[in-house]
Amino acid sequence: MELTTIWFALIAILWIGYFVLEGFDFGVGILLPFLGRGDRERRALINTIGPVWDGNEVWVLVAGGATFAAFPEWYATLFSGFYLALFLILVALIVRGVAFEFRSKRPDPAWRSRWDLAIFGGSLLPAFLWGVAFANIVQGVPIDARHQFTGDLFTLLNPYGLLGGLTLLALFLTHGAVFLALKTTGDLRRRANAWAGRLGLAAAVVAVLFLAWTQTIRGGPASLALSVVAAVALVGALLANRVGREGWAFVGSAVTIAVAVASLFVGLFPNVMPSTLDVAYGLTTTNAASTPYTLTIMTWVAVVFTPLVLIYQGWTYWVFRRRVAVEQIPADEGY
Amino acid sequence: MSALELARWQFGITTVYHFLFVPLTIGLAFLVAGFQTAWVRTDNPRYLRLTRFYGELFLINFALGVVTGIVQEFQFGMNWSAYSRFVGDIFGAPLAIEGLLAFFLESTFLGLWIFGWDRLPKRVHLATIWIAAIGTVLSAFFILAANAWMQHPVGYQLNASVGRAEQTDFLAVLTNPVAVITFPHTIVAAFLTAGAFVAGVALWRLWRHPDLDADAFRTAARVGAWTVLVAALLVLVTGDQQAKVMTNVQPMKMAAAEALYQTEQPASFSIFTIGSLDGRTELFSLRIPNVLSFLATGSLDGKVEGINDLQAGYQATYGPGDYVPYVPLTYWSFRLMIGMGALAALGAVWILWAVRRRGLPIGRWVMAVAVILPLLPLAANSLGWLFTEMGRQPWLVFGLMQTSAGVSPTTSAAEVLISVVGFTLLYGALAAVEVGLLFRRIRAGLPETPAAGAGDEVDRPVAFSY
Ligand code: HDD
Ligand code: HEM
Ligand code: HEM
Repeated sequence: MELTTIWFALIAILWIGYFVLEGFDFGVGILLPFLGRGDRERRALINTIGPVWDGNEVWVLVAGGATFAAFPEWYATLFSGFYLALFLILVALIVRGVAFEFRSKRPDPAWRSRWDLAIFGGSLLPAFLWGVAFANIVQGVPIDARHQFTGDLFTLLNPYGLLGGLTLLALFLTHGAVFLALKTTGDLRRRANAWAGRLGLAAAVVAVLFLAWTQTIRGGPASLALSVVAAVALVGALLANRVGREGWAFVGSAVTIAVAVASLFVGLFPNVMPSTLDVAYGLTTTNAASTPYTLTIMTWVAVVFTPLVLIYQGWTYWVFRRRVAVEQIPADEGY
Repeated sequence: MSALELARWQFGITTVYHFLFVPLTIGLAFLVAGFQTAWVRTDNPRYLRLTRFYGELFLINFALGVVTGIVQEFQFGMNWSAYSRFVGDIFGAPLAIEGLLAFFLESTFLGLWIFGWDRLPKRVHLATIWIAAIGTVLSAFFILAANAWMQHPVGYQLNASVGRAEQTDFLAVLTNPVAVITFPHTIVAAFLTAGAFVAGVALWRLWRHPDLDADAFRTAARVGAWTVLVAALLVLVTGDQQAKVMTNVQPMKMAAAEALYQTEQPASFSIFTIGSLDGRTELFSLRIPNVLSFLATGSLDGKVEGINDLQAGYQATYGPGDYVPYVPLTYWSFRLMIGMGALAALGAVWILWAVRRRGLPIGRWVMAVAVILPLLPLAANSLGWLFTEMGRQPWLVFGLMQTSAGVSPTTSAAEVLISVVGFTLLYGALAAVEVGLLFRRIRAGLPETPAAGAGDEVDRPVAFSY
């Protein structure tokens, strides 16, 4: 296989890893004010993702860095082009990250509810905007002969882009609710289960619409097959959720997100950022790539270190595999 | 203001802000790991309480280091897309490797450390903080290698047909002489910063609550002060080596650091100067003979080239243009960096004297020392970077690309303005919150050690939980 193809696949995998992992973090963050009744419940919810959210977020940093290293043109066009959308995502991620860390530091209820809001907004905005961004990458955006994006923020807010945003948002919400049903106990677990069922139905509707629309833009047998698998996995997740098999439901929602995102990348290949102005202006895996020398080095680094990362991140999930019970949360301290 | 100027402000603000948290993160990770090691070895609860006290301060600081770092990862593409296209083949690799090797390590193992107090065996738990600390140093190395390439490009060739620099020797990029010396200098500066922080906080506690946990805080004050002293020595040694490398690869920066217009042999070093801001005319100057010669060349009567000669030489090589950085800034940032490090070392000596033989620091001004001491190395770090980056101007990549050529061509000034204002306001607000939290935590004093074995596994409260 060509190095550029390998790197296209690796970057797809990094984004898939990010969406599957941070997807449930985002879901938990958005559900926090609705599911958590009272401070102790909310703390229980946050603590389900406490040990892992930062590690999950690093997936997007590595995806960004890998894009810079392997496809500099893609990195440059994408991030300078989607400037304001990215700015909003960054602000949201900043606010959300400190909120997790700072929320419990003071017992004051007003302090805590302010950070709850930050967690909610800081999770909602990126969940939606990443969807908008990816839909636009798939659909194509105005890129001129010098590989410069010539639109603005509103170029991205077209119907297909907005539907992409809603789809990712709904999938993350479902994924988050399923995760919470898996990681909590008692009443909280029952409520999370009920939310997962309802959100899952909504997600199924928008996701099927979005994936069908995607087929008309950049369809192919492979991406069609993957879309169907994603839909089946979502149905499976909902059925498992219904009968209280939370582990399987979580596998189902994770597979749904992974396969749905994979179908977008498969549909995109060999483009990385098609142009709507002229097909020839678009960025592809070949005209956006680094030199074979750099790609070879990066391949070796990735081959050696990615399995290591997977092992120790997997171990973290094993260490913290137990459910978080509301009764476990210390009565209260802060300082 | 133009998009270029705004983008420069943007980069300067976000990077300097990021680097306020970075040195403290690097240094404190090791000092906290040290306290915890002392506890595991001696079983003395004093060390456990110090671990948790400074550990919580560390985490408050770490949170802001993380979130401001996220911005760094993306802003090359946002504001400097022309630069990113030009250097991506070389510059992207260390950045990606930093993420894969270092950020995963730090974030995952810190998660294990924060939440693993009663989930992991004692020694495994101790290992998690050490691994996280090693991660911070790895991260520093790769990002500094990337930055060093901009100061002194190596291991590349220019490909005119695609208009970019292409990597030919990855090992050369990692062993760039600038990277090899910048790395230890930055790391020991980080230790200096963390040592001053640990000592300053302990001093404040000792002054405020002399009868509460005085023994523990005396230990912390000593550990912090000794860290400062050793680090100050090493900062001097590495800084001196760095100056020689710099004179070699960027002689203009050395000349601008001293506001040296005429070539001199031997050259003297000025402690401070009164005169015009850019040092062209001076009324009074306190000078030490031969020191600049030694700093730049390693010999007491070495020749140091002046700005005027260098400017003429650069014009001959690179064509007409102004190749002189903004001298008032380079001159003062260089001196202040050194001066503040020296002041911090003096403060450390005084602390060691004050807490000798169960002594207590007394006097109103103790509080001032406690507050100012940690700020000195923080300021020195920022000034060091200001000097490094502004002294490189007008080059973005030395000799290859000027700053004005690197900016994103289609990003509008309005867009950049929104992000400058947005980030600045957000960062300002977060700084206030962070300082408030740090003070609250310090005021609360050492945490009690939890009673061992309370309740069975399942109902035991989650340690260090959010
Ligand atoms: C606690 C902070 C601190 C202290 C006390 C010092 N430095 Fe420093 N210095 C830094 C923190 C720093 C820094 C932030 O870490 C920089 C910026 C970039 C870098 O590599 O280190 C830096 C840069 C820097 C450079 C620029 C290198 C370049 O542009 O390539 C030189 C020549 C020195 N330093 C030399 C010194 C000397 C001779 C010191 C004398 C005692 C000194 N520094 C103290
Ligand atoms: C790999 C690491 C780094 C890279 C690639 C980098 C690159 C850049 C770039 C692209 C600029 C903008 C051009 C300019 O205006 O000068 C810049 C300026 C600057 N950077 Fe760095 N930098 C790095 C690390 C740092 C760090 C860690 C600091 C310290 C906190 C720092 C401080 C500055 C400052 C103060 C400026 C001047 C802003 C201005 O020109 O107004 N840099 N650097
Ligand atoms: C301008 C270039 C820089 C970029 C692109 C950058 C990138 C980042 C990112 C993305 C993070 C957050 C990682 C996380 O979420 O866990 C971070 C944090 C950090 N960076 Fe920077 N950084 C820059 C400058 C520096 C420099 C010069 C150093 C060291 C000398 C450094 C060392 C660290 C450390 C120790 C942290 C602590 C927090 C953490 O890693 O999670 N960074 N940086």
